[in-house]
Amino acid sequence: MNTMTNSERITQILNYTLLSLLAATCVIPFIYVITVSVTPISEVIKNDGLVLIPTKVTWTAYEAIMQGGRLTEAYQATLFRVGVGTVVNLFFTILTALPLSRKSLPGRSYFLMFIVFTMLFNGGIIPSYLLVKEIGLLDSSWSLIVPGLINAFYLMIVKSFFEQLPEAIDEAARIDGAGELAILFRIVLPLSVPIIATVGLFYAVWHWNSYFDALLYINDASKQPLQLFLRQILLASVAISGDAAEAANSVNPISVQMASVAVTTLPILLVYPFIQKHFTRGVLLGSVKG
Amino acid sequence: MALIARQFRRYSIMYVLLLPGLLYFAVFKYVPMVYITAGFKNYNVLKGLWESPWVGWQNFKFFFEGVYFYQIIGNTILISLYKLVFSFPAPIILALMLNSVTSGGFKRTIQTLTYLPHFLSWVIIYGLMVAFLAPGTGLVNQLMTAFHLERISFLTEPSLIRSLIVGTDIWQSVGWGAIIYLAALTGIDPSLYEAATVDGASRWRQIWSITLPGIRNVIILMLILRLSAILDVGFDQIYIMMNPLNQEKADVIETWVYRVGMQEGRIGLATAVGLFKSVIGFMLVLGANRLAKRFDGQIW
Repeated sequence: MNTMTNSERITQILNYTLLSLLAATCVIPFIYVITVSVTPISEVIKNDGLVLIPTKVTWTAYEAIMQGGRLTEAYQATLFRVGVGTVVNLFFTILTALPLSRKSLPGRSYFLMFIVFTMLFNGGIIPSYLLVKEIGLLDSSWSLIVPGLINAFYLMIVKSFFEQLPEAIDEAARIDGAGELAILFRIVLPLSVPIIATVGLFYAVWHWNSYFDALLYINDASKQPLQLFLRQILLASVAISGDAAEAANSVNPISVQMASVAVTTLPILLVYPFIQKHFTRGVLLGSVKG
Repeated sequence: MALIARQFRRYSIMYVLLLPGLLYFAVFKYVPMVYITAGFKNYNVLKGLWESPWVGWQNFKFFFEGVYFYQIIGNTILISLYKLVFSFPAPIILALMLNSVTSGGFKRTIQTLTYLPHFLSWVIIYGLMVAFLAPGTGLVNQLMTAFHLERISFLTEPSLIRSLIVGTDIWQSVGWGAIIYLAALTGIDPSLYEAATVDGASRWRQIWSITLPGIRNVIILMLILRLSAILDVGFDQIYIMMNPLNQEKADVIETWVYRVGMQEGRIGLATAVGLFKSVIGFMLVLGANRLAKRFDGQIW
């Protein structure tokens, strides 16, 4: 790079610096959260809260949030939601996308219009709540799964993917006497593993992160998912964390808060390196028009 | 007739497969549209939707004439505009910056790290905000004390809430949003840059004359999509970050609907306001699609 002028070199340095800083803001918060959650309060006070690497480690905050079994229940509720929810989402999304991907299906455009309209217009929060209440799903774990059974946008992504599979394979199989279901299981699904994985991940992350539908539909504390558990701890302690006297207690609220953030975030941080590649592909597939 | 019957038989399995999906959309998307009628009723929990008395446009009138109207609509549009002005260009700038990075490893690392916040729930992000911004124990306030500065109660200060909403929105979405622009950038013919370098065009000149025109269509399409969702300001985010102290500057249509409907039990009024939002949103999407047709084809 001998041709680089001075001003270009400065621009490059600035560029690398700003990008590094941005990336740092995406990593440092987690290090800080984990550190505070395991550092004894005396150390935090001594260093004015400026601890980035823990010098002493204590698990009292984690023991505190384990007490009473609420965390375990919240984890179970979330695991049920993510596990069962994602499988059910995928099943119904694929089931619906397959016929819609057949361009020759009589009435196809009407079915598509019927579904696309729901992406453009909705009743809003209250009518959805009234419906869930009416069909008796309030306080049921299924209220977090059934109302979001098929995401119309993901449905369109899967449909577009099926559409661009070569039709010749399809016809060859049919001539060989394969029925529609055999075609689905032996040809379409094996060819669609990338898109199914991507959309499955989209659904799973959505389930893991959602809190508002649980806030609406679930009152029973034992069925509340992890995000609501975290929300309660954050909101409850924000009220007291301004009080310095509170910090004198053996288990200080900030450690408990940060331990709760950590247990909610860790699973994502652990799987993130393995899944983020797939997501990139998903965004690009999603940008293909439906 | 025989032809139709044969067609139908040929596709009968397909229709069977389609049925559960259509049923889902009918029950969970269209039935709530029927419940919109609650907006025209004086909804009584004991009587239920059908027995509650009709009141015509009274709920709408109450909202339009109420003291909250300007505050809520104002907050919704302001927060949306701030996000449009600040959050929208951010991924474009990031993509341009990443694009000029020559080291592949550095680029990949930065990308991987900046996607990360996209995978976090707003509750977790609020937890991170507590870690840094809480009045007593937050890192920023600890630092400010160390430098003998006045503590600021960031999370409850009305004048700061919008900056926090927009700032965390950028932090959460910038890396993810850049993916699509990076993909568009790879589509630009490299020989254009070579020719420009031969002609002595500076790096900035190249960005201005080759790069930006090269991704213009994507930018316009993303902008149109954004405009169509201008009333959807990010309910999950605002709801978790809002509290009684900063509510005056953060309360938007949907948080108001939730509070009035679910906490105060005024179902009729809340449904009416939700319907108002849905109708405006619907018109915006139709308008946006018409606009999009002029550029990169329509949205759907």
